[in-house]
Amino acid sequence: MKILVALKQVPARDLPVEADAARAWIDESSLSHEMNEPDAYALEAALQLKESSGGEVVAVSAGQARVQSALREALAKGADRAIHIQVEGEAARGTDPSITAKLLEAAVREEQPQLVLTGLQSDDTGSGQTGVILAARLGWPHATLVVAIEPGPDSVRVKRELEAGWFQHVTLPLPAVLTIQSGISRLRYATLMGIKRAKTKEIRLMEPPADAVGGGLRLTGLAEPRRQRQTQFLEGSPAEQAAQLVEKLRFEARVL
Amino acid sequence: MAAYHGFDYLLVDSQLSDEEKLVRQTTRQWVEDRVIPVIKDCYNEGRFPSELIPEMGEMGFLGANLEGYGAAGMTNVEYGLIMQELERGDSGLRSFASVQGALVMYPIFTFGSDEQKNKYLPKLATGELIGCFGLTEPGFGSNPGGMTTTAVRDGDSWVLNGEKTWITNGTVSHVAVVWARTSEGIRGFLVEKGTPGYRTSDIHGKLSMRASVTSSLSFSDCRIPDSMRLPGAAGLKAALSCLSQARYGIGWGVLGPAMECIEVARQYSIERKQFDNRPIASHQLVQEKLAWMATEITKGQLLALHCGRLKDQGRLDFAHISMLKRNNVAIALECARLARDLLGANGIVDDYPVMRHLCNLETVKTYEGTDHIHALVIGERLTGVAAYK
Repeated sequence: MKILVALKQVPARDLPVEADAARAWIDESSLSHEMNEPDAYALEAALQLKESSGGEVVAVSAGQARVQSALREALAKGADRAIHIQVEGEAARGTDPSITAKLLEAAVREEQPQLVLTGLQSDDTGSGQTGVILAARLGWPHATLVVAIEPGPDSVRVKRELEAGWFQHVTLPLPAVLTIQSGISRLRYATLMGIKRAKTKEIRLMEPPADAVGGGLRLTGLAEPRRQRQTQFLEGSPAEQAAQLVEKLRFEARVL
Repeated sequence: MAAYHGFDYLLVDSQLSDEEKLVRQTTRQWVEDRVIPVIKDCYNEGRFPSELIPEMGEMGFLGANLEGYGAAGMTNVEYGLIMQELERGDSGLRSFASVQGALVMYPIFTFGSDEQKNKYLPKLATGELIGCFGLTEPGFGSNPGGMTTTAVRDGDSWVLNGEKTWITNGTVSHVAVVWARTSEGIRGFLVEKGTPGYRTSDIHGKLSMRASVTSSLSFSDCRIPDSMRLPGAAGLKAALSCLSQARYGIGWGVLGPAMECIEVARQYSIERKQFDNRPIASHQLVQEKLAWMATEITKGQLLALHCGRLKDQGRLDFAHISMLKRNNVAIALECARLARDLLGANGIVDDYPVMRHLCNLETVKTYEGTDHIHALVIGERLTGVAAYK
């Protein structure tokens, strides 16, 4: 099966992020970047499919020159080839999923894969829309929040994670787009031998289609979240307090 | 503690290629996942995490800068970055990789016969076989040329007699690279575990390098065939060329603990409050120590990177490596001492990696050519006068 994996490169986790002087975008000068974590799981799923049933894995990313390091990592982990869709400026930030989907669509139409895998969302802007819009533009079926994939001859059966511990099994005809949940498997390392082999693998440069860039969402400004400290005292017996706490964690803090 | 992102004050990373950064990232991630969770207990128990050896082989860490025979074929800068990240895990881990790669695989690769290369190198690269390097003797440390271990030719075989000590991995090794005096000068031999007359024992009571196996080797009428002699290794020079490889890796390796120590101390100085609830980072004496560490680590990074680029061009020689090893170990040790100081009483407990790094670096200052001997190598290069005696 030919699988295309769409990857985004995002600022490394745990690094402090600040707005730039114009408060128009984040200050990238002091940031390092890494492969978006859900996309790393999409890549892992693609590599496992290739190992179990053969085929080819093509990694694709849209962005400025630096995204090639994420593609290089994908090649080192075992992707066969990579495509870099060269964009600059606002389109390269990946803040508008409709533009990113348009860019990826061009690569999909050229490559004609049977399956497109991507992470369910990005760690930076987190819209969770890119894979879905891409499927809509292609007119392909899609499934989101995928945690397991069983390939068949003309279809894939996938397991989707729903709310509250529920799962759904869906069968999709191919070609299809799947957005992959984080943490569904153990990510492999790029071994040194893999990194060495990747030096000889191709990263094809692709011009974006003329109509892909521009329009869509416009980012008008960035603001840091205001720090709010609120202390609330819970009243009642320990059991009542615990019940109130759980309710607050679930519905106010939304961490449960 | 926040995730470890290394230390890069002067944008030294801008001098690294994407591949070099990827090599560092994958090694750092592996160390974070596999070494950091276990290393404290290993150190306390005096145990090398040997369960990690197959993974080290799979990742390509063993003999990483050698080409072919299953080795990863990394450049010397990439190799240095690997050593840096492994040693940030623990000096014992880096020592294992140094010995296996620079002191066992390198001499077999450089001085061995095709038969020896084919037999040993692929399995040493995967970690299936472990090797050690026997040069130092109880009476000859800084002066290996005085060695008393002998190899006497007897027909088609050699008979070895003598003692080697301070041998990393000695008791766990399947094959030892042993240097001995012959009638034609110093020669290198391969001795397999189980050869009659060859015995090993561990050195106990170490308060440093506790997550590393350190041993003594003894040879008593140990007979090996001539096919186990390294045919290309003639004279002490051959042995010293192996040490140059290992010392190059050390010069990079020690930056790992130094970088972790400054990061731990920097974060601690911001979080630790004293006197009117102010962070200790607000005191000038604290800032001066951090500034010293940052400056010396940055100089050490530039020195290591420059040496790496020279090595990749084939222009790095042993006297350059002496400067790299001596300087970087000295500043790394001082960084660990200053970090220990800034952490106050917390600096001595194993909740932080600082005291472990500090104790390890005391060993690293001594082994592979002491600080003093490397000063004399530099002095000889400058003056033409050898001051060893």
